[in-house]
Amino acid sequence: MDEILSILEKNCRYTEEQLAVMTGKSPQEVNESIRNYEKENVIVGYTALVNWEKTEIENVTAFIEIKVTPQRGEGFDKVAERIYKFPQVKACYLMSGSFDLCVIIEGKSMKEVALFVAEKLAPLESVQSTATHFVLKKYKDKGTIFDDKLEDGREAIFI
Amino acid sequence: MKIEDMILPKIRNIPPSGIRKYFDLINEMDDVISLGVGEPDYTTPWNVCEAGIYSLEKGHTHYSSNAGILRLREEISYHMKNNYNLRYDPKSQILVTVGGSEGIDLALRSLVGPGDEVIIPEPSFVAYQGCTKITGATPVSIRLRAEDEFKLTPELLENALSPRTKILIIPYPNNPTGAIMTKDELSGLVQILKDKDILVISDEIYAELTYEGKHVSIATFEEMKDKTIVINGFSKAYAMTGWRLGYACGHPAIIQAMVKIHQYAIMCAPTTAQYAAIEALRNGAASVDEMVREYNRRRRVLVNGFRKLGLNCFEPLGAFYIFPCIQSTGLSSDDFCEQLLISQKVLMVPGTAFGECGEGFVRACYASSMEQITEALKRIGRFIQ
Repeated sequence: MDEILSILEKNCRYTEEQLAVMTGKSPQEVNESIRNYEKENVIVGYTALVNWEKTEIENVTAFIEIKVTPQRGEGFDKVAERIYKFPQVKACYLMSGSFDLCVIIEGKSMKEVALFVAEKLAPLESVQSTATHFVLKKYKDKGTIFDDKLEDGREAIFI
Repeated sequence: MKIEDMILPKIRNIPPSGIRKYFDLINEMDDVISLGVGEPDYTTPWNVCEAGIYSLEKGHTHYSSNAGILRLREEISYHMKNNYNLRYDPKSQILVTVGGSEGIDLALRSLVGPGDEVIIPEPSFVAYQGCTKITGATPVSIRLRAEDEFKLTPELLENALSPRTKILIIPYPNNPTGAIMTKDELSGLVQILKDKDILVISDEIYAELTYEGKHVSIATFEEMKDKTIVINGFSKAYAMTGWRLGYACGHPAIIQAMVKIHQYAIMCAPTTAQYAAIEALRNGAASVDEMVREYNRRRRVLVNGFRKLGLNCFEPLGAFYIFPCIQSTGLSSDDFCEQLLISQKVLMVPGTAFGECGEGFVRACYASSMEQITEALKRIGRFIQ
């Protein structure tokens, strides 16, 4: 994998100059690579990973298993599109196994999420059934452990 | 009776560490960025820790055989063959030690004593001097030069030889300079050594941390294979410093001699660490690759940063150290480090801690997070101005 991508995936706040030094490339090369990635939708966005539990803001996440009837000529894509266009839907995956779509929903409260499922998802024509699983605690997301930052445990030893 | 007088003079005369004072200072300060510690900032990869835990759950809490669990020695043998093209018989040519340091100590104690000379290229790891003195042998320092990028040249080696030379220590990739030796450069040394009755202790503990090309061991030269004891271990590459596990590979007669001391002094390396190390060798390569890639980025950032600040440094291609020259500041290494620590709270180690010829240089370790390295560079910049 391109090194610039793997660095940015962990921390997208590095400047092009910093990336150039880290990778041994010129700032122009880095700039060009990033522009290409953006143009080709390889890099689709830059976000911060927020631990909402540490804030005052109420936030609830739920995983919804959805069984759907695929549509003739459209497969699962059409119904998936109907679902993922709702802004409350943060992620939507087509799955193998006992259900078809896995949808991650964020809302202000359990009630809000439950109502969204009941009013928007469950009634869709192709949706056969839904099962809602609320997240109780987020330990790790996108490769990052949501714990307090670890202290440097190294002793002052001379080697 | 004065108890102090009972201590052997050769031990009494070993000076205490010159940089103890820095660590005493740090203990009274907050917000210090340490580029001084010579160990990975990473914790051991979880699959390796988990293998250690599992071995405890299984009740593997006993001694292992003196030379180490055979399965681990087999994995080490496989690792040496695959990575460095070196073949060692797991049963007779590999000894699992408590860190690479024990291997160095055992090799020296098995091979030299009063009247013998041990050639030590400096600046280098402090234990070579200490362990040599403990045997009663005489350490002979080679002053490596910045203009050679702190590599050992045939000319410097030739000048250090005497009829009493018995051991040459080859410490590459090097602590504290980050220098490496390529196959061609080693070849020049081999030409001198091949017909002489001199053994080599090749300390390759940083072998996996090589950033351009692959590490080459002097033992890969056929003429040197039997005459070289290769020291390596798990501390640096697998971020396993606290597990205390290393190994020595060499001629069966030498390994057998080292096992004799090891069996009486240590019995065996910690069993839990040995089980963890088996997992490290079997399934740890991806973690090592990831750490090496990140070290390499930090290395580039720090070298670039020092150069921008006007501190001259050659491109170090191994270990996780940079050895910039601070002569332009007009300060001694010791004054530079002490004043930097007190005024800007950044710890680096004076080059003199690794031999007198380290004067004018400091060691910066880049086994710290990118954020810390960036902040340290800002502070060093303020200090220099």
